[in-house]
Parts: sequence; C-alpha cells; structure tokens
Amino acid sequence: MVILAFLSPWLIGTTVFFVYPLLSTVWFSFLHYDQITPATWVGLRNWTYVLTEYDGFWQALRNTLWFVAAMVTSRVVFGIGLGLLVTKVKTGTRTFRTLFYLPYLAPPVAATIAFAFLLNPGTGAVNTILGAVGIPTPGWFNDEHWAKPALTLLALWGVGDLMVIFMAALLDVPRELYEAAELDGAGAVRRFRWVTLPMIRPIVLFAVVTGVIQTMQYYTQAVVAGKVASGIVDAPGTSFEPGYPHGSTLTLPQLVYSLGFQRFDTGSACVVALVLFALAMAFTSLLLRRRAGLLGED
Amino acid sequence: MGSTLVAPAVADAPALERPHRTPRARLEWIAVHSLAVGLALLFVLPFVFLLLTSLMSDHQALTTDLWPRTWRVQNYVDVLRADGFLTWWKNSLEYAVLGTVLTLLSSIPVAYALARFRFRLRRLALTVVIATMMLPPQVVIVPMYLVWARQLHLDGTLWPLIIPMAFGDAYSIFLLRQFLLTIPSEYVDAARVDGCGELRTLLRVVLPMARPAVVAVGLFQFFYCWNDYFGPQIYASENPSAWTLSYGLETFKGAHHANWNLAMAATILVMAPVVIIFFFAQKAFVEGVTLTGVKG
Repeated sequence: MVILAFLSPWLIGTTVFFVYPLLSTVWFSFLHYDQITPATWVGLRNWTYVLTEYDGFWQALRNTLWFVAAMVTSRVVFGIGLGLLVTKVKTGTRTFRTLFYLPYLAPPVAATIAFAFLLNPGTGAVNTILGAVGIPTPGWFNDEHWAKPALTLLALWGVGDLMVIFMAALLDVPRELYEAAELDGAGAVRRFRWVTLPMIRPIVLFAVVTGVIQTMQYYTQAVVAGKVASGIVDAPGTSFEPGYPHGSTLTLPQLVYSLGFQRFDTGSACVVALVLFALAMAFTSLLLRRRAGLLGED
Repeated sequence: MGSTLVAPAVADAPALERPHRTPRARLEWIAVHSLAVGLALLFVLPFVFLLLTSLMSDHQALTTDLWPRTWRVQNYVDVLRADGFLTWWKNSLEYAVLGTVLTLLSSIPVAYALARFRFRLRRLALTVVIATMMLPPQVVIVPMYLVWARQLHLDGTLWPLIIPMAFGDAYSIFLLRQFLLTIPSEYVDAARVDGCGELRTLLRVVLPMARPAVVAVGLFQFFYCWNDYFGPQIYASENPSAWTLSYGLETFKGAHHANWNLAMAATILVMAPVVIIFFFAQKAFVEGVTLTGVKG
C-alpha cells in the first residue's frame, strides 16, 4: 500500500501522458482527420502515403540518420579528447573545465541565433576572419551542403556535458594500470588503446546510446537556424517550411510538427511519429540490454 | 604527448624534484596548456562576439566590424522595453519555477520507492521509466495537443506544459533513483527500527542526505523549462502574452531582423540567468552531470 502511494503520481502520469497518447497515435495513424471535419477511417492509406509517395519523409529520415551518425561520433570523440586534455592540465583546471562546460548551458535558441549570426556568410565574424586569413568562406546555414555541418559545429560547441562525464571516468582509471603499462614499454597511444579505452568503455557506450536518442529528437536548433538564416518571420498563422535550405535540415521531429500542426494532416503526422518511436525504442532496447551497468545492482 | 596521468619514471626524476623540471615533462606541460588555451579561446569567442555586437550601433552591427566604435549600452534598455520582453521573462520564470517544484514533489517519492522497495513489477516499472525518458516528445504530441486544446481548451497557455510535471518526470526519477541507490541502507533500516514511518524516513533521513542530487535534478529541470522551445511553440504560439523567453527570443529576432545588435542584446539577456545560476551552483551541476553517466 505504501509503495502504491509513493508510486501513484507516476502511475497516473504514465497512463495519462504516455500510454494513452501512444495508443491514440496508433489509432490516429489509420484516420483521415484535418482537426475540423470529423475523422474518417482510411486504413493504411496514411502509411502508404508517407512511406511510398511522400518524398519529405525519406529526406527527413536521411537527414535524421546523418545527424545521428555525425553528431554522435564527433561529440563522443571530441568529448573524450577534451576530457583527456582537462585531466592533463595542471594549472587552472577548474577554469578550463568551466569554460568548456558553459556553452552546453546556453539556451539552445540563444546559442543557435548566436551561431546563425556568427556564421552569417556576408557579415558574420567567422567568415570575416576566414576571409582575412585567405580560407574559402562557406555559406553555412544558407548552403544546403553546409547547413548540417554548421549545426554539427554548434553541437560540438555544447560538448561540455560529455567532457564532464568522460573526465570523471578518466580520473577513475586506476593509476597502477598506467604504471604497469609503462613498465611494459607501452607508449602514449598504446596506453590509451589498451588501458584507457577498455576502462571507459561502459561510459562511451552510455554516451553513444543517449546521444543517439537525443539526436533523434533534434528539433529546436534546426528550426531556429532555418528561420534565422532564411529571414522568414514566423508570425502566428504564417508557415515557415522547416528544413531550410532545400530541406537539408529537415528532421523527423520537424516533419511531425509540419504535418500535424501546419498542414493539419493528423494521420500522416502520427505515421511519422510512430516511425520515430520505433527507431528510438530500438536504440533504447540496446541500452536496456546493458541495464546491469546502467541501473546499478539489481 | 605522454600521459601526465602516469607518474614520471623514477630514473628521469629524482624523488624530490617536481615533475615538470625534466625537459620532456616541461615540453609536455607547454603543449597541453597551449592546446587548452587555444581551445578555450574558441569556446569563449562566440560569447565575446555576441557581447561586442550587442553594444554596437544599429548601423555598425550590419557591417563586418568586430569591435564596436561606440559602446551603446542603451541597446539593453531598448530590449527590456520592447513589446512583450518582460512578460516573456515572467512567463519563463513561472513555467520554470512551478515546473521544477512540481517535478521534485512528484518525482522524489517515486524515485525513493524504486530505489528502496522490493516489489513485483519493479523491473517493469524501471523499464517504463527509461522508455518514457527516451521517448521523443514529438511521438505523442498530436493526441496530447488535441486533448489539451480541443477538449480542455487550455491552448494559448503554458498549463499543458506545467500540469504534467505534477505527475513525475522520468528523467528526474531516474537520476534521483540512481543517487538514492548509493545511500547505505543501514541509515534507512535504523530509522525503521526507531519506528519511523516510510514518509518520515524519506523526509527526515533520506532527503537531507540526497540534497546534492535534489539540487542537481532541480537545476536540470529548471533549465529544461527555461530552454524549452518545442512546448511553448505547440501550445502558446498563438498567444504572444503566454510566450516564454526562449520562444519569444526567436520571434524577437524575426521582428527586428535588421537589428542584429538588439537581437544579440536579447540573446545575452536570455543566457544571463543561466550563466549566473551556474556560477552559484557549479558544484551541483558537475555532480549532476557526472551522476547521469558514471553512477551505477
């Protein structure tokens, strides 16, 4: 009884805000519903439309997977690198840690507007400096080939969370292991490969899986960068087509928003939502299989 | 570069000499620190350029100049006086404070139950917590919106975002539980022997020991609300008087598209509370982030 009392807020919450809407999403995916006229049953019509006729879906899926691959890999590698660097710094460790961590806290909208300004091709500080040094200046958020890399740079600026996690993991590696490896004549590279990496492997795995799931929710930065770079004012009622330029930054979460709340195609939005759900749960089950490490002694 | 995690070889360094006295160690010290300084500069420069631009005149902000010719502090006053800005500030604060308090009140007992009690279906409960934690909010947004807006008529307000927080937040439950697992069960057992009820044990014994975790989770939730863009966009976009700073900032930029100086001043004003709170609660943050990855 006590247990039930303690769990009750969450039991209600999970039913009302998780189970119910999830089942509704499945139900809506079989309906044609424009949110004004009554819904009608259309069977698999929304599914065949989204999966076989609607190019935007495949573009969004490709972009989402691109972001997952590029952002997660570069963030984890860079995060380990920064973690290593900060553990080696002997003077001003705290200051460095703070400076590397701070951008992670910057509100995503503010950080994105800042980057859209700094990377703005005409007058932005980055291209001004690159131009002065004689490096070719890309169009960043205004160029369909550079928009995704520009967003990846923004994600790397916010790598502070991973740096802290890896720093803690690196400091936990027993020093004796390094001493033993050094006595055996292992150089820095081999010590990293055969001592550090195996010891921090669980944390790397954790960072990869949570990174994948976070990146599948990638939304705010892509929307805001597209709006600021395209200069389209998003007043209520007007519709900014997400994915600027040329759909290059369109992701699955943005497609859900666009289909459901701009085009009022509820059924198709729910189809995309369920694809996103399937992808997220596939990766979550990967994480759950490692539950021993994640959930503690169970 | 050799690893300074490794103690210097005994043959190279006499016992009492400081490690960086050897030529190789000194070179390494220089290499590591210059790399760190260079990277730190790259991390800080965006903030510096923002700050500089926010102080430029309207005209100069449109040029490639990096350094302000006149220092126009008035930009900040203009932003604070701009339509809606203070209202959005108030809304953000309301959303973040109410959201954080409700999340903590509802999540702490759940986390305690999941960490301390053994019961059937506990594994299932944990699995559901993790599944909800990993669920992209967009998956369930369509039916959620239809209920809040079409049946309860709460669109145009932030209540559809605040109310659910009174029913536990998966991420907070997970983090708190991970921390509560590390508290030795002897303390809880002792309280029970002394005749403490579960609620009193939680409030008097466990909670005081879990303070760092509660502070960290509270801060994370506060910033989650403060930074939220998707939620206010879904529920409040049609009613500017319910916008939050995060959502309003982007539209502010849109409405003042020719004034990068004002946009940057506004951007700084949205970042400022986060940075200020961080400097006061740095330890809690670092502990909290570490908790997410390392514990267990």
